[in-house]
Amino acid sequence: MAVLQMQRVSICALKKDRKAILEKLQSMGIMEINHVIDDDEDFERMDTMNVRQGFEKNAQTADHALDILNQYAPEKKSLFASLEGKKLVGQEQFQKAVSRKKEIMRDAKGLMDLSKEIAENKAGIQKLENQIESLSPWMALDVPMNYKGTAKTAMLLGTMAPGTTQEAVYRLIAEHAPENTAADVEIITSDKDAVYLAVFCMKKEERAVEDALRTGGFARPTQTANQIPAKAKAEYEAEKEKLLNRIAAIEKEISGKEGIREDLKFISDYFRIRAEKYEILGTLPQSKRTFIVSGYVAKKGVPAIEKAIGNGFDCIIDVEELKDEEEPPIVLQNNGFSASMEGVLESYALPHKGEFDPTTIMSFFYVFFFGMMLSDAAYGAILAIACFVVLKKFPRMGTGMKKMMKMFMYCGVSTLIWGILFGGYFGNVVDIVSSTFFGKTVTVPALWFAPLDDPMKLLIYSLAFGLVHLFVGLGIKGYMLLKDGKTLDFFCDVVLWYALLIGLILLLIPTDIFASIMGSKVVFPAALNTLAKVLAIIGALGLVLMSGRANKNPALRIALGAYDLYNITGWLSDVLSYSRLLALGLATGVIASVINQMASMAGNGIVGAIIFILIFIVGHTLNLAINLLGAYVHTNRLQFVEFFGKFYEGGGKAFHPFEADTMYVTVQDVTENN
Amino acid sequence: MEGISIWSNLGLVYALLGAAVAVFLAGAGSAIGVGIAGQAAAGVVTEDPSKFGQVLVMQLLPGTQGLYGLLIGFITLSKVGLIGGGAADIDPQTGLLILAACLPIGIVGLISGKYQGKTSAASIGIIAKRPDQFGKAMLFPAMVETYAILALLISFLAVSGVQI
Repeated sequence: MAVLQMQRVSICALKKDRKAILEKLQSMGIMEINHVIDDDEDFERMDTMNVRQGFEKNAQTADHALDILNQYAPEKKSLFASLEGKKLVGQEQFQKAVSRKKEIMRDAKGLMDLSKEIAENKAGIQKLENQIESLSPWMALDVPMNYKGTAKTAMLLGTMAPGTTQEAVYRLIAEHAPENTAADVEIITSDKDAVYLAVFCMKKEERAVEDALRTGGFARPTQTANQIPAKAKAEYEAEKEKLLNRIAAIEKEISGKEGIREDLKFISDYFRIRAEKYEILGTLPQSKRTFIVSGYVAKKGVPAIEKAIGNGFDCIIDVEELKDEEEPPIVLQNNGFSASMEGVLESYALPHKGEFDPTTIMSFFYVFFFGMMLSDAAYGAILAIACFVVLKKFPRMGTGMKKMMKMFMYCGVSTLIWGILFGGYFGNVVDIVSSTFFGKTVTVPALWFAPLDDPMKLLIYSLAFGLVHLFVGLGIKGYMLLKDGKTLDFFCDVVLWYALLIGLILLLIPTDIFASIMGSKVVFPAALNTLAKVLAIIGALGLVLMSGRANKNPALRIALGAYDLYNITGWLSDVLSYSRLLALGLATGVIASVINQMASMAGNGIVGAIIFILIFIVGHTLNLAINLLGAYVHTNRLQFVEFFGKFYEGGGKAFHPFEADTMYVTVQDVTENN
Repeated sequence: MEGISIWSNLGLVYALLGAAVAVFLAGAGSAIGVGIAGQAAAGVVTEDPSKFGQVLVMQLLPGTQGLYGLLIGFITLSKVGLIGGGAADIDPQTGLLILAACLPIGIVGLISGKYQGKTSAASIGIIAKRPDQFGKAMLFPAMVETYAILALLISFLAVSGVQI
């Protein structure tokens, strides 16, 4: 129910203890480093950029090596890997890996080199394949492609336009080189792109024949080999085979190195931690023999720091309250139930300094409305049990994921309760099953009432719950104003609105319009009616007069007041927004009954039962998924827009402590629970 | 062969038309919306497959209009007895009443579905650049859905309220 109080802790210690102190702070992870000393003549900052980049590069190399290893020897990851969180390892195991870091880095580089070799070989294979491809039309040729001919004959090898026949070529030669004595045209292959041919002629007429052919589109081939094409192809194939074998061998070698995977993870995290430490180191002001580290710690964590560092090292620890203008980072603390909803608040905005932490109040309304929207006892039970099981099976889940699972578990319980109140168990499955398979209809009665029987009643209740939610929001605003001592604001902004709204509601209830919606007429005693009128008038007048009180100009003041009164429509739309509680609740129930009806269409008997079960499972899973999403989104929207809109400002900064931010493993701190 | 004559069953025709309009217009709206969002989602996943879960959730948001249309269609069909039991004898006026009652969810479902899809696509753009802002990004399409919910409510009350 609170924002933790932060204090500023400054530690001044000897440089020789610097490494130990920083590592202790990093493993404790409860301090956000934030310095206030600017460049001072006595203190200067160390430049750690190079060292830090070295560590980061090593971490990246290790990560890269892990990727390569995963590519050829995939890690067996279960479907729920994301829920498992980081593995816990003992300090000694970690340190053992760290002491071998040079060796492991060498292995990592080795992996990267092997991977590079594979890539090069693959490129080589591609090139060979291209060459084989270009040789394929010339396969029938039984002389080398660059055959110059015999002593007196020459060979012209090339392509011509597709569809060219032998006669056409002879005709061309006859036409353009009439002195030609002898020529032999041989078509090697013809496909849809070109005709591949070899023309033999006398050496002295070579030029003339070539020119003649060129008029017909003759072109020499782009790539020639100095062997018979068939032989060249065989050679390329053999080389390709060799490369493929080499690649397979390398892949086997890489997968053989699977054993160093664990070590690579340790090393990668080790370098990550060191890079972070050096980043902080670069911001510390240091003199010749001392250094200062300063930052924010939650008040309840201060004794732990004093004990760990104060007792272990020669140093001075200064604990001071924050200055007024200082904006500390925000850490929320709530009871176990409400803490699970902190994620929802964080995704909107954290409260700024001194602001009220709405998490506890919001959490009750959150589960209340969520249950109303999902409103099916069976769905709620499934949700709650599934989340409970997941939480028990994966105790090392990440914090954010754990909070979300807990939140859904509580929402599941709420859904179960509302489902019992509304009489929904997989919709109306009990009715359908009993009437289809057993002949008589059994209905489980709703504890309160079934929404389908009387939707108007549920509508009024939804709007009423919404009104309560909004009034609580306004109340929080009033409480915050009172806490700040702004009594006039409290009266004008909060009390007057309460008066106006309550007066209007009391005026509305006995009217005919309300009676037609509600189904029955409510009659108030005359005194209550007069009270309602008085409240409404006071409220309206007060708002018109006081809302614009910041302005001196009376006309402007009245105008602004009247405009503020117009916000009554905003209140109306906010209240109406809660009708979605009815709509979504109905949607779940009706779609469930649609599924049940469709499933029961196959009738009685074994086949009918099988079809029923199939459609039942598929349909209800879909229904649960879609309505779960809808309930989550709309409950969030109701909190963010309608509730927070009344009082919440936000703007706080999250708390980022100096900690060992690892990716793969969590190292067990030997001195835990300081 | 004696079939059902349209002219002597105009009431039933109008009622069925109402159910059809609710389903097909709202369903079309959802299909268009989810399709638009899906294209944006596919684009994000080409760059970063790890965001798949988040953008899938965003893509699903405009899908509810089709469901609401189905809901109203189903209620209408069971009200006039076309599902489970014989078709009731409805006069044309009542049929037209039912048709009118189905119009809100149909038309609003179509238009809000398309625009919710566009808003979802834009929210997917937020997630592409800032995956940590998922909560805020999810709210924008939800604001559009408000009107589909209001239309569903009125259609539901109206269809339930028509006396057969």
